[in-house]
Amino acid sequence: MKREPLRVRKLNATQLLRGGDLEGANQPAHLEGQELERYVQERVVTTTLDSAVAWARSNSFFPLSFGLACCAMEQFQTAGPRMDIARFGYEAFRASPRQADLIILAGRVSIKMAPIIRRLYDQMLEPKWAISMGACCSSMGVFNNYALVPSDKFMPVDVHVPGCPPRPEALMHGVLKLRKMVQDDPDMGWRDRYGARGTEEVLPGAGRTGAVNAVGGHPIGDTAGA
Amino acid sequence: MPDATGLELIAQALRTAEGEAQASGSPVIETVFFRGRGTLVVEPDRIRTVLAHLRERGYTFMASLHGVDYYPHEPRLGVIYELLDMNSVDRITVKLRVPSAAPEVDSVTPDTPDGAGWPTADHQEREVFDMFGVVFRDHPDLRRILMPEDYEGHPQRRDFPIGGEPVLFTFNESETHGSR
Repeated sequence: MKREPLRVRKLNATQLLRGGDLEGANQPAHLEGQELERYVQERVVTTTLDSAVAWARSNSFFPLSFGLACCAMEQFQTAGPRMDIARFGYEAFRASPRQADLIILAGRVSIKMAPIIRRLYDQMLEPKWAISMGACCSSMGVFNNYALVPSDKFMPVDVHVPGCPPRPEALMHGVLKLRKMVQDDPDMGWRDRYGARGTEEVLPGAGRTGAVNAVGGHPIGDTAGA
Repeated sequence: MPDATGLELIAQALRTAEGEAQASGSPVIETVFFRGRGTLVVEPDRIRTVLAHLRERGYTFMASLHGVDYYPHEPRLGVIYELLDMNSVDRITVKLRVPSAAPEVDSVTPDTPDGAGWPTADHQEREVFDMFGVVFRDHPDLRRILMPEDYEGHPQRRDFPIGGEPVLFTFNESETHGSR
């Protein structure tokens, strides 16, 4: 196939970008040099698939509908009209851990509740994140006694939001911190941080041999953003 | 509330009705009237008959059953029964003490020959057992109610160690699973 001269190909590209066709209809104006470069930059975004996926993930957390104590009241407020968590795409509070990828531990964790929370966390989709909300959940707050356990003791936590309870603004700040973590560092994997490679949940019958995730060629369960 | 005289009358009625009938002495050890509140301190093994007697006098509602640890005094553990007469809105407190060596007392939950049971005592006796380790004889289902089933110790006893799980911060992060 005979290659057209560079000048013609450039013109054709410009024309396609402007929405015209090659046959001459909607003939574009001639753009050259810096003008053309600026024109293209304004209309084309280049990125990598990983960062595109991280961007999509970070703007659509599905939090688990989950409250433990008084902090949950403030957590509800983030979904209310004043804070409006839906602005950022996090309004889909799921009733099942199987549909959620963010757990907000809003309240104090008793040692009797801890295994249940760990089980909920294990059931969540990967990649998954956890926010520890309030003083009790991070450091047991005022309850330094037999009944409570800090959440870091039994599960990985990505963001700690201090306060007793934190105001909804504080929780939003924590959630947006998490968004920044997911966007800036898609390889931020808690499995690496916690030395938990090989602990992925495998459903019966869903063998992992040879299965490859569509995104980034990672093996399934080895999700980059987890 | 029964006033101080009324409390003595109740105690005297208990002494005559129960003490003479069983020939084992009076079930009432002591009466305390403090800040408008009447309290009967009774023998632990007579608690069922005492409560049955008070029920007949109109105290038909058990408002609360709870435990106390009088450490280091002996007998160390206490169980307190709060009764309410709902017709005259009249309250009375019944206390007993059991030694820590053998912290056992009859349960008042089931119906017994000594009198009808108090169903509300079921969960509250379990709580006293959980927190203080008082064993209630003949309780229908004496298990822990608040702490995990495999928990060791009774955390509301005063010699139970204060403090809980050590909190992890950045400086001692290496002690957690996060450092592996």
